[in-house]
Amino acid sequence: MSAVKKNYTRPVDFKHGHVDMSHGSGGRAMAQLIDELFLRAFDNHWLRQMNDNAVFPVSSGRMVVATDSHVVSPLFFPGGDIGCLSVHGTVNDVAMSGARPLYLCASFILEEGYPLADLRRIVQSMARAAQEAGVAVITGDTKVVERGKGDGVFITTTGVGRLPAGIDISGDRAEPGDMILVSGTLGDHGVAIMSLRENLSFTTNIESDTASLHGLVADMMAVVPEIHCLRDPTRGGLASALNELAHQSGVGIQLRESDLPIRNEVKGACEILGLDPLYVANEGKLVAICPPQRAEYLLDVMRAHPLGKDAAIIGEVREDPHGFVEMATAFGGNRIVDWLSGEQLPRIC
Amino acid sequence: MCLAIPAKIIDIDGVMATADVGGVQKAISLALVDNIAVNDYVIVHVGYALNRLDPDEAELTLQLFRQVARESGLPWPGDAA
Amino acid sequence: MKYIDEFRDGKLAQVIADAVALAADPGRSYKLMEFCGGHTHAIHRYGVQDLLPDNVQMVHGPGCPVCVLPMSRIDNAIALVRDADVILCTYGDMLRVPGSGNSSLLKAKAQGADVRMVYSSIDALNIARDNPDRQVVFFAIGFETTTPPTAVVIQQAESLGLANFSVFCNHVLTPSAIQNILQSSDVRELGRVRIDGFIGPAHVSTVIGSRPYEYFACEYQRPVVIAGFEPLDVMQSILMLIRQLNEGRAEVENEFSRAVSREGNRKAQALVAEIFELRRCFEWRGLGSVPYSGLRIKKKYAGYDAETRFNLPSLPWADNKACECGAVLRGVTKPRDCKLFGTVCTPETPVGPCMVSTEGACAAYFTYGRYRDVRRTA
Repeated sequence: MSAVKKNYTRPVDFKHGHVDMSHGSGGRAMAQLIDELFLRAFDNHWLRQMNDNAVFPVSSGRMVVATDSHVVSPLFFPGGDIGCLSVHGTVNDVAMSGARPLYLCASFILEEGYPLADLRRIVQSMARAAQEAGVAVITGDTKVVERGKGDGVFITTTGVGRLPAGIDISGDRAEPGDMILVSGTLGDHGVAIMSLRENLSFTTNIESDTASLHGLVADMMAVVPEIHCLRDPTRGGLASALNELAHQSGVGIQLRESDLPIRNEVKGACEILGLDPLYVANEGKLVAICPPQRAEYLLDVMRAHPLGKDAAIIGEVREDPHGFVEMATAFGGNRIVDWLSGEQLPRIC
Repeated sequence: MCLAIPAKIIDIDGVMATADVGGVQKAISLALVDNIAVNDYVIVHVGYALNRLDPDEAELTLQLFRQVARESGLPWPGDAA
Repeated sequence: MKYIDEFRDGKLAQVIADAVALAADPGRSYKLMEFCGGHTHAIHRYGVQDLLPDNVQMVHGPGCPVCVLPMSRIDNAIALVRDADVILCTYGDMLRVPGSGNSSLLKAKAQGADVRMVYSSIDALNIARDNPDRQVVFFAIGFETTTPPTAVVIQQAESLGLANFSVFCNHVLTPSAIQNILQSSDVRELGRVRIDGFIGPAHVSTVIGSRPYEYFACEYQRPVVIAGFEPLDVMQSILMLIRQLNEGRAEVENEFSRAVSREGNRKAQALVAEIFELRRCFEWRGLGSVPYSGLRIKKKYAGYDAETRFNLPSLPWADNKACECGAVLRGVTKPRDCKLFGTVCTPETPVGPCMVSTEGACAAYFTYGRYRDVRRTA
């Protein structure tokens, strides 16, 4: 006689299983994957309702929404993975408005053949990151593409937050005389990723700096609500973020190279590959622009927070109809820090 | 010309070695140089050591800068006024 | 970082800058050519020109192997990877260089060609070993610094009997280029380009030594100072050149003595001599056909020569008529005087190689120099 229990369903094989087309077909296999993987990891009353949407109350005032797709490769890197990155990235986009992030939506595009063991690691990492950030993943979607048509896993997250009254942080608010601050060391994430790329591999202790910054932002807003701009310098690095802000605000920027916080290993890696740390990605740093008389105070507040301990004042905003970002080099001359052209590629010359 | 960087050799294994720049380590080839020892500095270009960097000459070059100042009657940063 | 930071010291820079200002004779001007693209980059990145007096001007030379590679060679590489279905391994610098019809290796890659960026020739060799059933071609470019690394892998391929590996050789020689400039009518007769002295390349010289430059100093009566790669080295070398010019000397001096000797790296030179031989002439973008300036793989190693293996044709090519890269490379035209500069031709949408390569005079000027002119006229 069979000893199998009634109503027994074989659980998803997370040890040896792989994503297959049935996981995206809308049928039983997909429902089971969603239940055993996503629901179990994110576990909240919205997901337990199992609707295709999530209902949440809104208080009066303003809401903020931001979205980000994550296609990082490799999927696992020193200091993080695509899962926690997708949480941090969107939480940060919301936080850069001064808003408190509340909810996330997560949609997954999975490649046929991707190991379920790795998928579970990613989802669990996302769940941990969301919990630490105090946000709930309240709705999502799953699709599967044929082998060869994806890069393992792509994740798109959309974040919703609430913006307290009286806050007006925007890229077009920088004014001549404002000071520019950065929350910590530059280029860590990009270097960590590059160290794993085929044909470029090097050994380093550098880890990605991926982190949710809304706690730091909240501390900053609490004591310096007059912050004009916030931006997280992700792809394209600090240089790109500053060129965007200069352009949006119609101002110029003057940086001081000797004030930029950059770790020695990041400098070393950039020297070897011929890269400029100013253009290398960050995933757990922010740039703040504030009125000059508040800058020192803001710096103290940032340094008191674990994610801002290496914060520094790196330059100032000035009148410039051309919107140039310039830098006084440690060497003594001046140079321009232009928009990134194409993709920064390691070079021999 | 071309991007080449001074790096410290911290390990040697046959023709390959580990070079260190500011704490970052990369595997490089010693196929183009002879008599390199651990702790030597070499110039690294596209994954090869091209030459040993002579620490005495490096010091001499830095001293050359100092001499420039003296000859021109200019104050040397760090000298007592 | 040792041997790097000390040579970038800002306080020392000011001292040397003051010394240069003192040494420069206000009654004359000094036009110095930095041959090597790495020096061009350093000068712009650190703002060295800001520290020099107005009568000391730098003229950018053609020492950018990416910039001087004729378009037909890029076309060869693109055709190889598209039609012959090879794995093409290339340094990052070459990916965006425009070929004919606005093509590039990066675009070919986007269309499905197997183009792989490598940091070292060793990586290309390893790709060949890991893919025994595919043909792997290494797109070799560069001056004498980059040639020995190519020689090493050809030798290794031979000892391994690696049948699926070959090299598309585009290595060129520095002294030939310097000679070509000095002999060009622009310099000699027409006086369009005045070059009083040269800053000799740093890393090429670690391989070839300081000896090859003695000929130029003597024959053309121009001083040469071999400069290290860091901005302080460049400034010190400028000072040394000014002093030579003031004293009427035309000698070879070696500022980069910590890495360059008179003889250079004999082991590397011997290996290069074993694998390569001179081509009678080689086409350089901007300089035209330069005799004995390019290398090809010797018959003994013809089995590893991609040109032989794939029967690569000599393709006709025509630069965009309005593109002034050639004149820029010879120092005759300034980037901003090219009609295409900054409008049609930008780092995003490069027409010629001077804009695409980070060492190219146009790219350097666009990225670092544009704002100076704006400031001056503002």
